[in-house]
Amino acid sequence: MITYLLCFILFLVGLYGVLTRKNLIKIIIGLSVMEYSLYLFLALIGYIDGGAAPIIDPSKPAGLVVDPLPQAFVLTAIVIGLATTALLLAIAIRLYKKYNTFDIDKINTLKG
Amino acid sequence: MKGMTIIVKNVTALLSGLIFLYGCYIVLHGHLTPGGGFAGGIIIAGSFILLVIANGIQYFRLNKEKEESSLFEGAGIFCFLLLATGGLFLAVPVFFKNLLPGGTPGELLSAGIIPVYNIFIGIEVAAALLSIFLAFVIFKTED
Amino acid sequence: METTLIVILILMIAGALHALHARDLLSAIVSYAVVGYSLVVGFLVLKAPDLAIVQIVVETIALIIMVSVLIISTREDLAKRDTIIIKGQSYINVRNLAYIFFAVVAGFFLVYFFNMVSSGLEPLGVHETRMATEYIKNGVEGTGSVNLVTGVLLDYRGFDTLGEATILFTAVMGILAILRLKTHKI
Repeated sequence: MITYLLCFILFLVGLYGVLTRKNLIKIIIGLSVMEYSLYLFLALIGYIDGGAAPIIDPSKPAGLVVDPLPQAFVLTAIVIGLATTALLLAIAIRLYKKYNTFDIDKINTLKG
Repeated sequence: MKGMTIIVKNVTALLSGLIFLYGCYIVLHGHLTPGGGFAGGIIIAGSFILLVIANGIQYFRLNKEKEESSLFEGAGIFCFLLLATGGLFLAVPVFFKNLLPGGTPGELLSAGIIPVYNIFIGIEVAAALLSIFLAFVIFKTED
Repeated sequence: METTLIVILILMIAGALHALHARDLLSAIVSYAVVGYSLVVGFLVLKAPDLAIVQIVVETIALIIMVSVLIISTREDLAKRDTIIIKGQSYINVRNLAYIFFAVVAGFFLVYFFNMVSSGLEPLGVHETRMATEYIKNGVEGTGSVNLVTGVLLDYRGFDTLGEATILFTAVMGILAILRLKTHKI
């Protein structure tokens, strides 16, 4: 149970970063940390003690394997996470070119 | 982005082909070993990214001259996007029926249409990541 | 087993905290990479080699993209604003104390709700495969794929993969639309 709690604390660290940092790059890092904690949580849920990796040798009878369903979900989520992180970075660099700063407070006040 | 020294360029020219082949291996053996279209596609994109980092953006002749630069950029990115859309449309048809004969599980030519899906997903992921990277690099060299 | 996971998770938390507090953005990104690469080890310990091989290449590419963004812009973090300087004397910003108080209260409530929710969770290592029982039993004969993750991803749940490809394509189109626009000079 303590691994679940640590996963949740990692999620809270990411949330803290998103809420308190002023720098756009650090906000993106916080979002990515939240994503990572979610991946690890899903992989933890599907783990079975003594289970093998979900690759079955067809010549032998099937033994105990871990749950392949959360792994399939996380596999797609990782690639989507990379694409959305790159999208956020594109927005950040576009804002930097316009306002010459990463500070979200200054970006908010310097209209136009 | 002028590129690095001649040592880095030569070593990269030797290595990137091997990395590309390794990505193809990961894609083709996706139904037998760990890996598949996602991992293999990212490795294939990584081999091209290595070439761009070592040789500079001129390696793809994207901004050779002022006039032609936009044309080449447009053509290059359009080709990548065309492949991406082709992968998108061809990779997963509507009803996911396993059309091809199954074969014996555990061999390379088995599992029906799953290897074909894997190939197109690999193409789509590789094209997507390469166009993301090229967009950042071209944006940097523009101003 | 569980001890290894705890050590990895503590390393991830430390890396994330340092990434959020580093003065140099380049060192922040390197600390962020510590989180990602520790996740690879965690996936390997959890018997998920597919996830490990995807995560290690995704982390490398994300690192390259982030460093390329920093090369275009700046490496320096913003100036610290914990203290207010009035007539040469520095005072602690009172609002920061209020923020810390609210954060502690909110964290307390979140941990409380986590405790309520997690009473329904199975402990680590015990898991009842509800839907996946069918996949594990008949997956190799049904799909012909020895790797069960690929079988689930491309045969049983192909629509998920179609949606994933659509989202990836949309994200790439968004990036190109954002980065290729000609800006008006201010």
